Amino acid sequence: MMQYKGWEGFVPGKWSNDEVDVRDFIQHNYTPYEGDATFLAPATDATKKLWEIVCDLSKKEREAGGVLNADTKIISTLTSHGAGYLDKDLEKIVGVQTDEPFKRSLQPFGGIRISESALQIYGYEIDSEVKEIFTKYRKTHNEGVFDAYTPEMRAARSAHILTGLPDGYGRGRIIGDYRRVALYGIDYLVQKKEEDKLLMSGEMTPDKVRDREEVSEQIKALKALKAMAASYGCDISKPATTAQEAIQALYFGYLGAIKDQNGAAMSIGRNSTFLDIYIERDLKNGVITEEQAQEFIDHFVMKLRIVKFMRTKEYNELFSGDPTWVTESIGGMGVDGRTLVTKTAFRILHTLDNLGPAPEPNLTVLWSKRLPVAFKRFCADLSIRTSSIQYESDELMRAQMGDDYAIACCVSCMKVGKDMQFFGARANLAKCLLYAINGGKDEMMKDKKTGKPMQVSPEFVPITSNDALDFNEVTAKFENMMKWLAELYVNTLNVIHYMHDKYCYEALEMALHDTKVGRFFATGIAGLSCAADSLSAIKYAKVYPIRNEDGIVVDFRIEGEFPKYGNNDDRADELAVWLLKTFMREVKKHYTYRGSIPTTSILTITSNVVYGKKTGNTPDGRKAGTPLAPGANPMHGRDCNGALASLESVAKLPYEYSRDGISNTFSITPGSLGKDD
Amino acid sequence: MTGRIHSFESFGTVDGPGIRYVIFLQGCPLRCKYCHNPDTWKSGGKEYTAEEVCALALRYRKYFGERGGVTVTGGEPLLQIDFVIELFKLLKAQGVHTCVDTSGYMFNPDNLDSVRKHEELVKVTDLFLLDVKHVDDERHIELTGKTNKNTLAFAKFLNERNRPIWIRHVLVPEWTDDDKALERLKAFIDGLSCVEKVEVLPYHTMGAVKYENLGYDYPLKGVEPPTKERVQNAKQILGVSKPL
Repeated sequence: MMQYKGWEGFVPGKWSNDEVDVRDFIQHNYTPYEGDATFLAPATDATKKLWEIVCDLSKKEREAGGVLNADTKIISTLTSHGAGYLDKDLEKIVGVQTDEPFKRSLQPFGGIRISESALQIYGYEIDSEVKEIFTKYRKTHNEGVFDAYTPEMRAARSAHILTGLPDGYGRGRIIGDYRRVALYGIDYLVQKKEEDKLLMSGEMTPDKVRDREEVSEQIKALKALKAMAASYGCDISKPATTAQEAIQALYFGYLGAIKDQNGAAMSIGRNSTFLDIYIERDLKNGVITEEQAQEFIDHFVMKLRIVKFMRTKEYNELFSGDPTWVTESIGGMGVDGRTLVTKTAFRILHTLDNLGPAPEPNLTVLWSKRLPVAFKRFCADLSIRTSSIQYESDELMRAQMGDDYAIACCVSCMKVGKDMQFFGARANLAKCLLYAINGGKDEMMKDKKTGKPMQVSPEFVPITSNDALDFNEVTAKFENMMKWLAELYVNTLNVIHYMHDKYCYEALEMALHDTKVGRFFATGIAGLSCAADSLSAIKYAKVYPIRNEDGIVVDFRIEGEFPKYGNNDDRADELAVWLLKTFMREVKKHYTYRGSIPTTSILTITSNVVYGKKTGNTPDGRKAGTPLAPGANPMHGRDCNGALASLESVAKLPYEYSRDGISNTFSITPGSLGKDD
Repeated sequence: MTGRIHSFESFGTVDGPGIRYVIFLQGCPLRCKYCHNPDTWKSGGKEYTAEEVCALALRYRKYFGERGGVTVTGGEPLLQIDFVIELFKLLKAQGVHTCVDTSGYMFNPDNLDSVRKHEELVKVTDLFLLDVKHVDDERHIELTGKTNKNTLAFAKFLNERNRPIWIRHVLVPEWTDDDKALERLKAFIDGLSCVEKVEVLPYHTMGAVKYENLGYDYPLKGVEPPTKERVQNAKQILGVSKPL
């Protein structure tokens, strides 16, 4: 058995016996905490001063129009920039994305045009040599995708029936197991990857060649990470020996990932229980005080708050802002019945008090009824005061994923270091229904050559009658159209992820995964409630089509009432369930890249607004251009039986069919939760 | 037996204890100037059988916990007392906590039939939220169009039968926040041994838009919600909260 100074005092197990197994380490060593929050320490003077610097920079950044400084020449890699600091003497956890904080890095591997236009919007010009290299000599992900796209894929993309596809930006959503850097040190991890590579021998099929190349890339990335840490004067070749070193090493792992990738969601994993083991050891040995423990966590979280990427305006519009989705998953219950809540779960959440509320990192509590009461109270109190905590059902996810999963982005769960996912944006089902009615002609877009409505799908038989729409006829056509859409969607994503692996491979993040990794093929649905209500209107009321001069149905006249999704009314809700199941069944029929497991999600939290803009009048009475509902939400204002009825409707959507997550945006005023007295 | 129903609220947290399924019945004999549900005044609504409503409510049973349950309000729910009795019988058979939010106006102590009905209701109701809109009859008539005699009599009727009561009082500046009247209300409440709680409900203007939609004049145009101090004052007089 290996023995390292960093492992002294830890209970050995499988994790320390020639394996990489962080969960096993946690299970052998962590201390569940059932107590309350009274032990927590306030912000230290150093923390306050550093946070002032951050606030000042944030202000300057806003005044500068959104970007304070941007690199136009140096291409971001793990070792592209020297060390950067907020205030070197005060920082307990160091490291920023470039050589100074708030300076955005140049990450053109996803697509050079996007890098160029993102810079342009903020008044910067990309270095001409960089542009030349990435146009003439070095292909990007974006270029690769468009080389392989079929005309049909391009049409579906421009018509926005497929939207937000990661074909010009980093797909993100991959969570490296950054804990491995702290627990094992780089040298051990490199050694393990070398061993894995040795096993990839025999017949050199294209798959095996690719695997060997990728593992080589991973090993290089690990070595680069070691060099990056060295530039900050830190040696991460061996396991961390203190809590500060552990947090620092873990953060370096994450920092390496965001220097390498400008992904749509760059989530950090599930770290509080892991880090607590180091903090507990140091506290027990009298190495640190509670104040210091909190200070490390505060400084760590402060760094996660200033993660910045260079993004275009369209991107920010799509996501209503500039989210980085540094999701940290906290708490939950272990499969053995012990809670995974530790004192460090409190410490991380306590940053909302010590530094004030903030949207990032996206602190996500894995909620179970069985969480310790004191922790639940602590969370509730913080939520009321800061509105900065996300909650997700640990009960649902643990059943599928065990007790060492984490959330990427907002709801996509994966076993940390064991699973990755191919993020695939979403297909617009509301628009798909309109295509079913119009035989695949777009209700808004015209063909540039003919000036006639654009035929996006192959020519299906449209609905020609002007009588009230017949439910059976519409659903039969809709099913056919979903068949077409699902196949096209899966194939489009197959192209995208092939090219992303080829030209923008996440070498460091994948180095922090098992070499034999589980892959999810994440599709998504937009416009679920709009499509469900539309079907309900057609089924229970009378919906007459209104056509334009081209014979395209562009509007609807509704006679009578119909049940709406969001009222716990099975008549409408079962239509939403039908939509999800039908679409997912179609998705599953097709080949998915690298043997990935198809999943879907219903989680358009902000982009529903943009998707709505590109969707014509729908049979439920929604007007063209108005927003679809976010995620699995009922359409705005249509749920009129109160919160529980609305939530019960959403809860009917079967999670097994939507493993990548279901989201429901729900606002409530404190007063409507009851009275104080 | 069917009831005429205005709407349902699956997550009621302010009409009785815990999380409650709240049923708004259609129709009301009063015309309170501050009413925030004028859309429940006239007859109409959608008809449901007691069995149907019971089934709807039971879908939320898992949320009721130890304290929650079902509240009927309106409108004036006891305008349809037969329906409420039948519904509550079904709910009680299922062990659900039942609560009526009423003005008590439908209780006529001189009418045997009315007394008998209310007697029957009491047997299947766990809690009464009794809205005393004004303790002085004259002002009550001005404010609601009807006498408060029935309301006060109903309070005593419930008290004699040992039924838990929460007294509710909507605090409207110029109308119901006079100290003297509040003191008289307090004296009345003190004469009842079954009052578990007194709730001061500050008047709000969120109902105004409904008047507009219905084409009614808003009777309290220009009246602002009470200040925090006045709410606190009323709570002190009525003994809701202890003096600071």
